[in-house]
Amino acid sequence: MGLLKLFAKPAPTLLRLPSGSFTVDREGTVLTGTLPSSFPANVVKDIARQVLATFGEAAAAQLPLAELIINYPSLKISARELRGGAIVFLAPKAPASPMSLS
Amino acid sequence: MERRPKILLADDNPDLLELYREMLAQLPGHPEIQTAAGGARALAMLEAEPFQVLICDLKMPKMDGLQVLAIVRRKYPDLRTVALTAEVDEQFRSRAYALGVDLFWTKPATEHETRLFLECVASLIGRESEVGFRGVQTRSLMDIIQMECLSQSSAVLRITNGPLSGKIWIQDGELIDAEAADLGGEPAFQRILSWKAGNFEMLPAEPSRPRQILKSYNALLLESAQALDESRSGVTAEGAPKTQPSPLAQVAKVEGVEFALTMQAGKPGQHAARGLENPERMAAWARQSLERFRSLGDRLGAGALERIEGFGPQRHVTLAAQEQTEFCVGWKNTLAPDEVRDLMKKVLALWAS
Repeated sequence: MGLLKLFAKPAPTLLRLPSGSFTVDREGTVLTGTLPSSFPANVVKDIARQVLATFGEAAAAQLPLAELIINYPSLKISARELRGGAIVFLAPKAPASPMSLS
Repeated sequence: MERRPKILLADDNPDLLELYREMLAQLPGHPEIQTAAGGARALAMLEAEPFQVLICDLKMPKMDGLQVLAIVRRKYPDLRTVALTAEVDEQFRSRAYALGVDLFWTKPATEHETRLFLECVASLIGRESEVGFRGVQTRSLMDIIQMECLSQSSAVLRITNGPLSGKIWIQDGELIDAEAADLGGEPAFQRILSWKAGNFEMLPAEPSRPRQILKSYNALLLESAQALDESRSGVTAEGAPKTQPSPLAQVAKVEGVEFALTMQAGKPGQHAARGLENPERMAAWARQSLERFRSLGDRLGAGALERIEGFGPQRHVTLAAQEQTEFCVGWKNTLAPDEVRDLMKKVLALWAS
């Protein structure tokens, strides 16, 4: 049985949106974080990469930004620029029903 | 010959795919059922041919159902979507609805649940996909109001159109009040009727609502239709051509706006700007940022990107999209984040109206 389990395909799981924060340096290396360990590290890196790129390109377009807030119906990502790096906060939110007032 | 509706089923469990295929094939109109064993395969099939309904399992390997639905809602807005799951979890239900799915169903376990599920799918197939208001079915807002008034109903109609929302109060078949943004009464009613599409829902009547509209519903509908015709033809009731400022010029006049830039979604190079010396560079940044965080939202299954707000020492900025137009609005740095949020709503409402 143990051998069979070894070859069994892992059951697919849905990605839960986490609550927490992490800091990232200017190279995109995640330094510290309070996100649950179940949240994939590659997704954290991807978020960090997109945030840093947006800060960098905004500065290049003569629009230096100190803070970014990205709003989705189910998630709010807030990021503050930190000497080329950033501190990023993830906060899931309960969206309103599709018929409700926006 | 009448065309059979087509349903695409996506689930990583082949036994369930076969079971649902048999069940759905019995629906009225005997729809053509095709199956996909994963999210990527489902997207490829949607790319290759049109379907009316997608029924998608949420828990699938590699690309989960939320990721599939996020992409589908954006690429195929007319496709009806059903999220199906064995996972009873409030976060996933909320996120699926936030993505704009038409139905969210836990996998039916009893005969009764199966029957209800099939009835709901049958009703989705029957719905039209024309422009209009999506509530019980697709109709024009004028039709809905006329029906309510003719049937002497009492109800409150809540209407949403992207960031805009409004209410119309009907009491014993008479229009008694309306509300939209900061407008009330007749002007609010005219404003709501100028929206081309949206969602509506019926709320219980509020008999204690004071009457603000005294005209008959027929007269009001007639006036609204006339106003709409005039706005389409660009001619006033007196026959003189209208000389209204462009929508972008109106946006640029909103309090606190330093610059305004609009871009046509999916058409690089097509943009218009006010208050910017180098709109090309700003447009490139705005487009790239919107695209970047849309992709991230798809990957996270967090729903369609609503807006990006940036706060800086020189100026603030908001990026958002409404239908086919993308916006990049620069704000004075003296504005507080809440003020920027409220003023951006005003900009989008101004544009939509």
